[in-house]
Amino acid sequence: MNQAVPSSALIELNDVRKSYNVGLPNEAEVLHGLNLRVDCGEFIALIGPSGSGKSTLLNIVGLLERMTSGSYRLQGEAVQGLDDAGLTLRRRMTLGFVFQFHHLLPAFSALENVTLPVLMGEGRIGAKQIAHARDLLSAVGLAKAMDKRPSELSGGMQQRVAIARALVMDPPLVLADEPTGNLDTASSDEVFVLLRRMHAERGTSFVVVTHDPRLAARCDRTVELIDGRIAHDEAARR
Amino acid sequence: MATTRWLGFEMRVALRFLREGRMQTLLIIAGVAAGVAVVAFISALISGLQGNTLTKTLGAQAHITLRVPDDVVTPAWPHAQDASSITDTQARAQRLRSVANWQALLPLLEHQGAVTAVSPLVAGSALALRGEAIVGIALTGVDLDRYDRIISLRSKVVSGTARLEPGEAIIGRDLAADLGVRVGDRITLQTGTASSPVTDSARVTALVDLGVKDLNKRTVIVPLRAAQSLLGLPGGATGLDLTVADVWSARELAQTLREQYPYKIESWQENNAQLVSALNAQTVATTLIRGVVLIVVVLGIASVLVVSVVQKRREIGILRAMGATRAQILRVFLVQGAVVGAIGSVLGIALASAMVWLFTHFVRGSDGLPLFIIVLSASTALRVALLTTVCGVLAAIAPARSAAAMDPAQAIRI
Repeated sequence: MNQAVPSSALIELNDVRKSYNVGLPNEAEVLHGLNLRVDCGEFIALIGPSGSGKSTLLNIVGLLERMTSGSYRLQGEAVQGLDDAGLTLRRRMTLGFVFQFHHLLPAFSALENVTLPVLMGEGRIGAKQIAHARDLLSAVGLAKAMDKRPSELSGGMQQRVAIARALVMDPPLVLADEPTGNLDTASSDEVFVLLRRMHAERGTSFVVVTHDPRLAARCDRTVELIDGRIAHDEAARR
Repeated sequence: MATTRWLGFEMRVALRFLREGRMQTLLIIAGVAAGVAVVAFISALISGLQGNTLTKTLGAQAHITLRVPDDVVTPAWPHAQDASSITDTQARAQRLRSVANWQALLPLLEHQGAVTAVSPLVAGSALALRGEAIVGIALTGVDLDRYDRIISLRSKVVSGTARLEPGEAIIGRDLAADLGVRVGDRITLQTGTASSPVTDSARVTALVDLGVKDLNKRTVIVPLRAAQSLLGLPGGATGLDLTVADVWSARELAQTLREQYPYKIESWQENNAQLVSALNAQTVATTLIRGVVLIVVVLGIASVLVVSVVQKRREIGILRAMGATRAQILRVFLVQGAVVGAIGSVLGIALASAMVWLFTHFVRGSDGLPLFIIVLSASTALRVALLTTVCGVLAAIAPARSAAAMDPAQAIRI
């Protein structure tokens, strides 16, 4: 039984291991007993070379993949025993996602993309929620592009829609997997500044996977993953 | 607190997915519409054809006939208990006899639940004479009101007014032509033997078209009492004709009556065995065709949705990551199947209606009249539409399950 334990920690990972092809000759462990704690309001960069396990860790934190062993508490609640419906509900209510390739639904306008999480929760979108989505899109600088389809928007604009969508349910934590990885330098900076602004204005925690040391240096804390282990975990000196 | 709208998310996403793959969606809807049109048109055509055949067949005959049992030769002496015997007897010539106690039988038959009308009749052979013309006829004596409820005689009148007062007769259209008579003319009816003929005269009140040329050349209908006199059966009836509410229940009712009464009782199905076999074969063949068409429709919808699931893997993954449940993803694709089935059904029914109209207006017999009337009834249209919509949902089950089972992390990586 999952018991909510009062804690200031948003995320607590203890001895988390993840293996693929479990029980097969080619079984491979990609995360080797990770311990990680993320507190409310943190802005963390998750860095490391390709194949170090960053995306796997992000998927586990994002409840998209199950760990092989260890424990994971999200807002004090142990989630490893939850069934698919339980994980899905917590994903919808607690987490926001921003992906490298934006992953907007091409058949929906920017505004509709942002309101999709509301629609899937309630089956309808009220005027209040539409106003909230409009505010978010205005906040990310897309007040005039709300009714445009993703195909009519630039890469940077699409990523800003994805950020608005990640925030629409007011989740305490947003997970961003290389959100600037597919953008030019100018757009990268714009998107990163936007993430920082959302963090500052809304108090939302962010875990951002990035290959860009320039952006990582602008985060409050950097966690470096090498070969499935946390090699460094340090707060930025400012 | 706002209430959750059932299928609000699923419907919105399903419709957008369908709209996004516009050409694919249009093609499969066109395919479903064509399938539905074929099924609905064949259903209407066969039901029209069978209805027309039945109307023509049963338009001139009763659903159930009750007649006197055949005279049989009885052995001159009883068989010994322990001996076997070989008999070779010539069948007896059947004489005209009356159904014993038919007046008492009449109300008993009328009170059988499924029976809607009972009509006593006296039927036998006779000659119709006019001038030098002599024609062999089938003479039938009836109570007009009762007989009308058996074969709707009044609706078959092509000239004159159906009336059967004493001294009046209704005759077949072709017989009138052969005898050269018109409504109001008199004919002589003759029975009996050459040495002792029985004759009567009747004024023709109406000419009827019974739908079968042979019947139109031989039929003379007179009042019951007149036929009784002509055929030497005073107060008698050679048979009773019955009509039932559901024509297809006639066989079962005839069987029940056979078990209750010692008469020769036959249903129209037994009297028209070949026709019934043909109708059954037709029904089986069309059911098979409809089944195959529906299977093709199901496979068509399923194949398009399978492709759609593959094309939309990334969207499915992102929806799952954002918090869509497996059940919601499953329903998104089931709704797509239902929508394709429903829209295809509506278009298919419209197409079938057009085909029915074209058939009725342009396919004509040698006489310039429609071969037969076919109607696409609302109940048939609704049944076909519902069935196709259900087929759409069934076709979507496999693709929907594969979409719902998709691992979101993997789908997003693609």
